[in-house]
Amino acid sequence: MKFGQWLQNHPHFLEQTYWLTHRVFTWLDPLIARLGYERMDRWLRGPEEWTKRIVFDCRMCGQCILHSTGMTCSMSCPKNLRNGPCGGVRANGHCEVFPDKPCVWVQAYNRSLEMPRYGDEILLIEPPVNRQLEGSSAWINMLTGQDKVVPKAWDQIEVIPIAEK
Amino acid sequence: MNNEYKSDGRLERVLRSGRFAVTAELNPPDSADPEEVYQAALVLSEVCDAINATDGSGAHCHMSSVAICALLTRAGYAPIFQVSCRDRNRIAIQGDVLGAAAMGVSNVLCLTGDDVTAGDQPQAKRVFDFDSIQLLRTIKIMRDQGMFLSGRKLTTPPRLFLGAASNPFVPPYDWRPYRLAKKIEAGADFIQSQYCFDVPRFRQFMQKVRDLGLHEQAFFLVGVGPLRSEKAAEFMRTKVPGVHIPDAIIERLRKTPKEKKVEEGKRICVEIIQQVREIEGVSGVHVMAYRQEELVAEIISEAGLLPRPRIGGLPAQDSKVRPRRGNRVNGV
Ligand code: SF4
Repeated sequence: MKFGQWLQNHPHFLEQTYWLTHRVFTWLDPLIARLGYERMDRWLRGPEEWTKRIVFDCRMCGQCILHSTGMTCSMSCPKNLRNGPCGGVRANGHCEVFPDKPCVWVQAYNRSLEMPRYGDEILLIEPPVNRQLEGSSAWINMLTGQDKVVPKAWDQIEVIPIAEK
Repeated sequence: MNNEYKSDGRLERVLRSGRFAVTAELNPPDSADPEEVYQAALVLSEVCDAINATDGSGAHCHMSSVAICALLTRAGYAPIFQVSCRDRNRIAIQGDVLGAAAMGVSNVLCLTGDDVTAGDQPQAKRVFDFDSIQLLRTIKIMRDQGMFLSGRKLTTPPRLFLGAASNPFVPPYDWRPYRLAKKIEAGADFIQSQYCFDVPRFRQFMQKVRDLGLHEQAFFLVGVGPLRSEKAAEFMRTKVPGVHIPDAIIERLRKTPKEKKVEEGKRICVEIIQQVREIEGVSGVHVMAYRQEELVAEIISEAGLLPRPRIGGLPAQDSKVRPRRGNRVNGV
């Protein structure tokens, strides 16, 4: 966990890594498509979970928004909040549920301030989680577009309401 | 009915007319007797514009909020239906919202909900299928587009005034106004805040809210409430999630002689109401008094907020639904 925490305290490095990995995957997309998304999902799940668990305490929701939440996994918030902290955060910045742990969202917010590339995305409204994607590879879901499928009536607001910070 | 209104309720009318609104929280009974709800409502109805029906607040089980709303609307009162994401998934919530609207509920307050560990049944499973912002948006979609989240059509959409909560008194302080912005963007028409005991911090928060122009997009009601003693205050700040009470207030209660503590707690509350009322962007107060409803009426009266305006019916009553006294005594 220590190595992971050290990394997470360098959010700018992580967001660059995310950006790079994103590019690599997009570039590899034709190849992955040829091999079959389902097969690649089976192959990738394990390694993805392993690495992301070490660094982010990832919960494999299958629709990763790490870069929009200060490179901090919002699903590790015990209330699974995707849009910001609940009203129960303690005065010392710790979690309502686990008094010994810092609130995930306090960390996310502080880290987002150090992320020039994606930092502002923490102000976006995140749609409800698709629980059917739980356990699958978020990278593959990114390529297939599955992670962006929202409930039919959900009107996604793409613009950041208040962009200047 | 005027089409510009989103609901048929009186809270929306009081707020839109520019009057200072008062809402109050009803302590849900641990009982199957409707009379207990009516007793509590009777005390509150003359002094407020709408009554909050809490949804297992503090993760303690009481009579459900939807049932309290059913009882209240049946007697003509105007409830605010509180919905928390802790106990129900999206299927249950959307159904409850339709049902509540069918019973004459005009206001819904969307909450994340206190964690199960705050209550007396910490073994329970957490649901949290939605967060409060997704919940707000979903109900807005039901109201404005006349659909369930799945896209399935509603024959008659609910007419609702949508509320959200805000807690400016806990970290990350800088982000709290932005979180409020998100809630308004998601669909909040009014905001009810957590207990305010720290007016300077609240002023700072409202400054930012005004800078962002949020006070013009939603009505902000400040949460207030009396403290019975320094012990009660200490309990609240350590045991109730999200309540911040500055040392100065606890000190003030400690210095007060025992028989005057309740009086002093009430005075602090009245002072806070008078101070926040002066702040630009504040549209009302939300009075919460855990198990001390009698005090609520006194506080509202001493703060000079009486009589309540009589728009669209009697105070705390909705224009559409008229009291039916027969039902009040016997239940169904
Ligand atoms: S305090 Fe923070 S981490 Fe804990 S439940 Fe609330 S938002 Fe989640």
